[in-house]
Amino acid sequence: MSVLLIAEHNNKELKAFTLNAVTAASQIDADVHVLIIGNNCGDAAKAASELPLVKKVINVEAPYYENFIAENFAPVIIKLAEGYSHIICSANTFGKNLMPRVAAKLDTSQISDIIKVESPDTFVRPIYAGNAFATVKSTDTKKCVTIRPTSFEACESSGGSAPIENADADAEFSLTKFINREEIKSDRPELGTARVVVSGGRGMQNGDNFKLITAIADKLNAAIGASRAAVDAGYISNDHQVGQTGKVVVPDLYIAVGISGAIQHLAGMKESKIIVAINKDGEAPIFSVADYGLEADLFEALPQFLEELNKLNTIQK
Amino acid sequence: MKILVAVKRVIDYNVQIRVKEDGSGIVTDNVKMSTNPPDDNAIEEAVKIKEAGKATEVVAVTVGEEKAQETVRKALAVGADRGIHIKVEGVIEPLAVSKLLQKIVDKEKPDLVFMGKQAIDDDCNQTGQMLSALLDWPQATFASKIDVEEGKLKVTREIDEGLETIEINTPAIVTCDLRLNEPRYASLPNIMKAKKKPIEQLNASDLGVDINSRVQQIKVEEPPQRKAGIKVANVAELVQKLKNEAKVI
Repeated sequence: MSVLLIAEHNNKELKAFTLNAVTAASQIDADVHVLIIGNNCGDAAKAASELPLVKKVINVEAPYYENFIAENFAPVIIKLAEGYSHIICSANTFGKNLMPRVAAKLDTSQISDIIKVESPDTFVRPIYAGNAFATVKSTDTKKCVTIRPTSFEACESSGGSAPIENADADAEFSLTKFINREEIKSDRPELGTARVVVSGGRGMQNGDNFKLITAIADKLNAAIGASRAAVDAGYISNDHQVGQTGKVVVPDLYIAVGISGAIQHLAGMKESKIIVAINKDGEAPIFSVADYGLEADLFEALPQFLEELNKLNTIQK
Repeated sequence: MKILVAVKRVIDYNVQIRVKEDGSGIVTDNVKMSTNPPDDNAIEEAVKIKEAGKATEVVAVTVGEEKAQETVRKALAVGADRGIHIKVEGVIEPLAVSKLLQKIVDKEKPDLVFMGKQAIDDDCNQTGQMLSALLDWPQATFASKIDVEEGKLKVTREIDEGLETIEINTPAIVTCDLRLNEPRYASLPNIMKAKKKPIEQLNASDLGVDINSRVQQIKVEEPPQRKAGIKVANVAELVQKLKNEAKVI
């Protein structure tokens, strides 16, 4: 048994969640091989080889792998799959897009978004937006599994020296063309990995009012999140959305401001270590998951919050 | 141009689901069922493309038990022209659904297949990608904008880093995100009219594909419940608790 982990990277570095995926892979079997598909991605392959849990890195390069098109990636993985019992990837938009294309070709029923490895064939995964956990057992000989990165710790990132092998590229899939990517650039920590997240909901009333959230986030070195209601209302862009159809976050501190706490939103944040809710509706469902609830008008509470933070001598970063 | 839209009947998104006491699954008796929300976006987009004169026919297809037909009927009420219902009992996995849909694609020869990006019951997020793999077609997942051009589509996809735009040749598969459009409501006259539109019924067992389960469900349980904490009186108390009790700031 060996596990083939499809790394997510940007051709230069590994994406942070690849380290969480390596941890999950190592819980299935110790023989973890990492596959890097990209263009001029030698640095990413080197970074993978330095992960102590990784036994081998396979590097596949071609210009048409530059933009991570699933139609181009799948044939490479399928060809290599023969030597592996499991194929693993993170359940973010990269893995969600790619893995089913691999699984279908291998005639395997994929197990999506696992949060726990019970044994090499049995996994726990959330269903119904995390309102139930299902324990499932795969009967396929080859297993295709995507993992929820926030449910596994990141592995050590240095000290290893796994061999790097080059493998052949496959033919280009010419019917899909990459046009462009508008990445939201920000000096803030990434929403998915931030230690602190401050989120706003419909209660913010408009996009301009998010500056109140921004001020607090600046002070706490936090990422900015939002409920689907706030995103749909156009207050903030969709990459900030926390919830069932957005991102799942597990920060040390999650501050929900003007968010009522719809099931879909709770699914994305209720595993956070400490949850703070600020809402003027004392009956809002968000209070049922909050460690600290403040029933108050956010337009008064947020400036006060900033003032109180300014009084502190030190703030953790 | 013909558009095939796959729709799924699921527990309504506003229902607080309950886990069966014996851990065998989720309570579905006497629970409100609806069309999977992003599947409504898929139907809406197909109908809009037809209204813009860029498609000639919209066919809605579902896989499921007898009552799943309601989902097709709803699609007909908002503008689909005809329906197909592949009857199957019990739970069916995305791999099996994609094999059944492949049979329908072989027969109907659509130029586009639309569906929601994910079903909100099993949260698998697999069927569209699997169907496109089986057909060797291009795929555009998590679509939030679709421009139909001659023989191709330009699709904007919602990805973790922001937005990505790709161009795919038809025939192709598109899985739809909630922000693609605002699904319309069916008017009463259109609901009445939809009753006369044809729905072809097929049995999954007649389509010659292996739809047996590959994944055994061992148990379903409630997630660990998070206890509500305390209410604080004011902002100063909140900050003091975060600093000295929770030690997170």
